[in-house]
Amino acid sequence: MEFIVIIISAALISNVVLSRFLGICAFLGVSNKVETAKGMGIAVIFVIMMATAVTFGINTMFLEKTGVFGIDLTYLQTIAFILVIACLVQFLEMFLKKFIPSLYKALGIYLPLITTNCAVLGVALTVAQDYSNFAKGMAYALGTSGGFCISIILMASIREKIEGNDIPESFKGKPIVLIIACLMAIAFTGFSNLNLG
Amino acid sequence: MADTKEKKLTFFGCIFNGIIPENPILVLMIGMCPTLAVTTSVSNAIGMGLSTTAVLVASNALISLVRGITPDRVRIPIYIVIVASFVTLVEFLIKAYFPALYESLGIYIPLIVVNCIIFGRAEAFAGKNNVINSIGDGIGMGLGFTLGIIIISAIRELIGSGSIYGFTFVPENYRAALFVLPPGAFLVLAFLTAIQNKLRLPSATNKKDGCNNDCLHCTLHKGTTNVEEGK
Repeated sequence: MEFIVIIISAALISNVVLSRFLGICAFLGVSNKVETAKGMGIAVIFVIMMATAVTFGINTMFLEKTGVFGIDLTYLQTIAFILVIACLVQFLEMFLKKFIPSLYKALGIYLPLITTNCAVLGVALTVAQDYSNFAKGMAYALGTSGGFCISIILMASIREKIEGNDIPESFKGKPIVLIIACLMAIAFTGFSNLNLG
Repeated sequence: MADTKEKKLTFFGCIFNGIIPENPILVLMIGMCPTLAVTTSVSNAIGMGLSTTAVLVASNALISLVRGITPDRVRIPIYIVIVASFVTLVEFLIKAYFPALYESLGIYIPLIVVNCIIFGRAEAFAGKNNVINSIGDGIGMGLGFTLGIIIISAIRELIGSGSIYGFTFVPENYRAALFVLPPGAFLVLAFLTAIQNKLRLPSATNKKDGCNNDCLHCTLHKGTTNVEEGK
């Protein structure tokens, strides 16, 4: 039950894009079509889960005071995590290309974009700071990345629907996308009254 | 923009370029995450803007210094280490001297590392130009970023909590709290870009080759060509 609460509150109540503003670049840029949004969303779930698992391990094994070095190195989190994420993404790209070409074809083009997606580093840092339990940390990562996936797919579906609409000239392009994001954010604030017991 | 490409870059030219013609927020539309997240009040925006400026100037200078000895294939990891080190330094300084700011910016301070502006400038400018101009570019882009988020946060704070930089202007009953909540950030940015479109001001939104969402290979700079995909 506790895990479900963590997942739902990370995915809906404090949605990573619409209320915490992480991963906005990808959210606004790769949401033209539902198909690409789906690819991006799944790639982000994949990378966030992997990155959180690896950075959690590194944090508890090396950086915290209880780790192998016995000194508090948590101030190195930012440097260590971003390097790990960058390496992981590169490695993942090579691995998928070699062993699972079909998945590589689906996710391949999004992977390099994810290194600078702040949601990945944001989740890794939040988990390292707030969660001492690995399973709960992973549940949080799953909820957050799931929330990203949900919002980018919703956004893409709305954008596909309004494609032929008569939008005022100066609102074409980015402004109307931001207005949609605003309305979605208003809808998502409704979740904040969700009583999870 | 193409005609300015041949002009000789000067220190002050670089500073000016970042503030007005290529303002990272209002013109290039990069670095959107902190733009939307920390603009709930002007004081937050100033803190975020100046810390980003500090990181940008330092990382631009160092990246420009080592550009001769950086092998092209490993430049991205090198940039990442340089930027992350400076971000950690800035984080220490804020924690020590401005604890209140540290509290309110929270996770967005370490996230300066993945701010598109910093990698974008490293890739598009500092890796190709000399130290003086790179420092100028860092100052200009940093101040441009600060200016952009101050404008957005002033609008949000004025409408949302009726004050600017803590000075109250609007009585309590006439405030729209929505503007300090997340939806307000999107709304303000939407109208700012719409006004820019209306006035036909240069912006990444009204030209075809806008942000390509690939900050590591940012092309949003005059005369920038991606030399090689560093994989």
